[in-house]
Amino acid sequence: MIEVNNISKSFNNKLVLNNIRTVFEKGKTNLIIGQSGSGKTVLMKCCIGLEMPETGVINFDSRPFSTFSEKKKTDIRKEMGVLFQGGALFDSFNVEQNVMFPLNMFTDKSMEEKHDRVNFCLKRVNLENVNKLFPSELSGGMMKRVAIARAISNNPSYLFCDEPNSGLDPKTAEVIDALISEITEEYNITTVVNTHDMNSVLQIGQKISFLYQGQLWWEGDKTSILETDNPELQDFVFSTELTRRLKKN
Amino acid sequence: MLKLLGEYLLLMYETFKKPDKWSVFKRQLMIEFIGLGVDSFGIVAIISVFSGAIVAIQTAYNIDSPLIPLTMVGFTTRQMMILEFSPTIISLILAGKAGSRIASEIGTMRVTQQIDALRVMGVNPANYLILPKITASMLFNPVLIIFSIVLGISGGWFACIITNLVTSADYIEGIQGWFEPFTVTYAIIKTLVFALIISSVSGFLGYTLEGGSVEVGRASTKAVVYSSILIIFFDLILTQMLLV
Ligand SMILES: Nc1ncnc2c1ncn2[C@@H]1O[C@H](COP(=O)(O)OP(=O)(O)OP(=O)(O)O)[C@@H](O)[C@H]1O
Ligand SMILES: [Mg+2]
Repeated sequence: MIEVNNISKSFNNKLVLNNIRTVFEKGKTNLIIGQSGSGKTVLMKCCIGLEMPETGVINFDSRPFSTFSEKKKTDIRKEMGVLFQGGALFDSFNVEQNVMFPLNMFTDKSMEEKHDRVNFCLKRVNLENVNKLFPSELSGGMMKRVAIARAISNNPSYLFCDEPNSGLDPKTAEVIDALISEITEEYNITTVVNTHDMNSVLQIGQKISFLYQGQLWWEGDKTSILETDNPELQDFVFSTELTRRLKKN
Repeated sequence: MLKLLGEYLLLMYETFKKPDKWSVFKRQLMIEFIGLGVDSFGIVAIISVFSGAIVAIQTAYNIDSPLIPLTMVGFTTRQMMILEFSPTIISLILAGKAGSRIASEIGTMRVTQQIDALRVMGVNPANYLILPKITASMLFNPVLIIFSIVLGISGGWFACIITNLVTSADYIEGIQGWFEPFTVTYAIIKTLVFALIISSVSGFLGYTLEGGSVEVGRASTKAVVYSSILIIFFDLILTQMLLV
């Protein structure tokens, strides 16, 4: 469980996160939704410690991660998996080496155990026979899946995904969403996903936090989001033709 | 300027820490040995042979007084190669080759969030990325410089034979005369300092880059320019300190 307590962050005197207070629950897919520029990525970066919040504290299972020194953060970071928006695969390594990287770095497993784990993770994301390919030889969807495999290879307790399905076709996007939500339940991970895709919201949103201009505007789940009478959220939810038709029926 | 220096020193403080895992460090080091060291043999060889030859021929043509023995040609070529040419000029060439490579490689990792990815995995990215490059440069550049000295002197010998300006015996006598072993130590000290400059400055410029692919290009150009200027500057200082 991750507790976000009264987090604020500004850039050049412009408040980007305004006193955010929420909880990301264990074993659930927690979504952060909101328009482009609403502060989703900044909030996630505060959670993983790439940005320092100006006020407030972020607790990882009651450990005040955001107050730790860079050195002390390392221990919790070893329990995190992060999927960056662009994948951020290491392009000098092939698929197998990418997925194996956290294992090489932080475990004393034998080569055979590491290979087994890599193959297991790749299979889990429906990728086989690509072990020796380099990131430049993969399609966008494959890269995302390799990045997920890398994020879960060292059995994380916390998984962060920034727009896991942006730039993917609806079918692949759905596969990736399903994958994230399955992994979350299967391994009882605290998963946080940034998205502005209503499809994902309706598919995997177990707990949804809606950010509006840097403020936490609304919280709920995939059922209650369709019945909301909050005007800003309605505006966001029913911004596509598909969801508008859904509403009419 | 002072802020830049401060940032540089902070980054070096992060870089020079015990690697998270030695086995990983060793593997990275081997990769850098090949990328930064072995791959540079070709260019170093060509430039050294030709420069040695040029120095020898120039010296030979400029000796017109019968009072100066022709053994001077070998002597001068050797001194030039050891004192200045191999450590400084070859380091400048390596600043172009290795410097731009380091800055663009690390810079690209920065803009594609690979450095962020390392950090959130709990890896110290500066240590993981820059230390192997500094170590590889500092271990391998002296090898390249010795190689360059040997080839330069041979190039001079070759030129003398071909042009018939100096006999082989005179040249060989020349390169053996008045030899002070300290000059080689001096060359190696310079090389080590220059290797540190090239790898750490280029690493710094790539690592601290902000922006996109345009910035990567700019950082790699800056890496070459800054390291070259610093090399010349430190050449002056070291020459003063070590030889006077
Ligand atoms: N490093 C930074 N420096 C200055 N401003 C920043 C920085 N990072 C983010 N911002 C600003 O913070 C605001 C929120 O950005 P953020 O990236 O969190 O948006 P987002 O909700 O993730 O949008 P998107 O859906 O487009 O990814 C934006 O107005 C952006 O300009
Ligand atoms: Mg974003």
